[in-house]
Amino acid sequence: MAFGPHLLLAVLEGLVSSAVLALTALGLSLVFGVMRIVNVAHGEFFMLGAVFAWWFSTMVAGDPALGFLLALVLAPLVVGAIALVAERLVLRRLNYDPEATIVATIGMLYIFEQLALMFYGPEARAVPAPFDFRITLPWFGYSAYKLAIIAASILVMLATWFVLTRTRIGLVMRATQYDRETAQAFGIPVDRVYAGVFALGAMLAAIAAVLIVPIQQAHYLMGTDPLLLSFIVVIIGGLGSLRGTVVAAVLIGLSDGIIAVFFSPTLAKMLATLFVALVLVFRPQGLFGTTAR
Amino acid sequence: MSGPAVRNDRPMAAALLHVAVVLVFVALQYVLPDYHRAVFSRVLVLAVFAMGYNLAFGYTGLLSLGHAMFFCAGLYGAGMTMSMLGWNVAAGLVAGIVCGAALALVIGLLALRTTGVAFMIVTLMFAQVLYLVILYFNEYTGGDQGFSLRPAARQLGPFDLTDPTTRYFAALALFAAALAVTLAIVRSPRGRVLVAIRENEDRVRMLGYNVFAAKLAAVVLSGALCAAAGATYAILFGYVGATFATIQYSILPLLWVLLGGAATALGPLVGTLFMYYVVDITSNYTTAYLLFVGVALILLVLYFPKGVLGTVRERWLPWLP
Repeated sequence: MAFGPHLLLAVLEGLVSSAVLALTALGLSLVFGVMRIVNVAHGEFFMLGAVFAWWFSTMVAGDPALGFLLALVLAPLVVGAIALVAERLVLRRLNYDPEATIVATIGMLYIFEQLALMFYGPEARAVPAPFDFRITLPWFGYSAYKLAIIAASILVMLATWFVLTRTRIGLVMRATQYDRETAQAFGIPVDRVYAGVFALGAMLAAIAAVLIVPIQQAHYLMGTDPLLLSFIVVIIGGLGSLRGTVVAAVLIGLSDGIIAVFFSPTLAKMLATLFVALVLVFRPQGLFGTTAR
Repeated sequence: MSGPAVRNDRPMAAALLHVAVVLVFVALQYVLPDYHRAVFSRVLVLAVFAMGYNLAFGYTGLLSLGHAMFFCAGLYGAGMTMSMLGWNVAAGLVAGIVCGAALALVIGLLALRTTGVAFMIVTLMFAQVLYLVILYFNEYTGGDQGFSLRPAARQLGPFDLTDPTTRYFAALALFAAALAVTLAIVRSPRGRVLVAIRENEDRVRMLGYNVFAAKLAAVVLSGALCAAAGATYAILFGYVGATFATIQYSILPLLWVLLGGAATALGPLVGTLFMYYVVDITSNYTTAYLLFVGVALILLVLYFPKGVLGTVRERWLPWLP
């Protein structure tokens, strides 16, 4: 293949990973922004989303689209419910102390991962794509489903943006993010907002996982990479800034896709991680963020 | 540990207790069955890793999620100089400790510019970079598989460090030395400054102390102790591998210290010993033994944040260092 089409393929692949990454990172960013906690178990919600997607899709015989749709609706709901229970049982009792929360979510990471190993097993399994249509380009054929992932991700992000900026629920969430005490003084049930935001963050990760699972198999260890990449995206985009998160996700997803096509993936990951650590040291507000309040 | 803590300091009792603990371990060598003696040698070395972590996390309040990199600096610093340059055990140990201290100095200078959550993420990422570096240069480091040290290289003068008894005493010697270092540091005026930083950083700064320098010293000492544990691990058990650089090995010392009691001299040993046996016993029944690590972490932060010896100190023995 010539360089031009090769680059086009790399960009397309990069955009697909950007789309999934943006949704996952949006969840992490939302939780960090509103609750001021770092959720290390976020990647496991992604993994659980994929595992439940496989489980639900096997319950329906016949057309793969039916199973996929069922998974797309039910998997995020189940994962959201799990997150809600975890939040009520653990995080609330810790009073959202940042350091204790990190230790507790590390514990959750191990628990979810190992429960998945016990009940789902060490195999990697794929969910059949809802449709199997290839768009023929002059140089190569490209799966229409991958383009649908990008479209679906944009739709979910627009919906999140709409909820955050145009609805009462979003207003309450932004008020809590802006100033917790004052929000509470104005009668906002901060406690319930936290629970909802935590579940919403987990659901976004689960949706991303359901979208990716037809092209990347579900496996009990699949949460690690999205977790690290989401961290990178949220830090580059500025902790708690939603617009920065989306811009950074596209940037990181694209460069990850392009670098991985042309260079060694280990070297790419190494340099990216080092770069992000240094960004956090020298520009803690992120490349696009403004100074934190 | 807030509020005016009235500390009835009893240095004699403390010193006697620690000498007694070391003597008990000397006696155990003659009592324990072979398998448990091997486990104890390993636990003693890993406890030193946890003690190094405790210096940063327990005493100074720096919650790092990347201490595996210091352990690995020692592990590879000793392992690679011994296997590739043919250095002897003593030189390898020194090389490992120097690598760890140097890495800790660089990481400290960078990471200590951040605080709180950012510090945790930055240390985690630097450790991940080291892990990827080890994988990338697999030609020299052996990557995932790692490499082993020849038994012939693991001799110190007349002592054969591959022999179980010698190995046990070597591990115990390292542990005793680390215990002495920890006690000396935390009982010194500089050590008190570290605890003061943990309790109220701004007030320490206001009193005119150089907080950054004190924290940097704590990170370097902590890194050097962890590296000593790593170097000793390579020498005593003869295996060097990238597994020790994974995030899991940064989390484990945190768990051990939390369980045994942060900012207690013997807590890391108690936590390491207990957790090692929990994992050892449960892994006979299930492959998902990390489940217990997760449950232990959550239960600890929820109900038992001071750990075993922290609670003992609070209830019964206020002089426990």
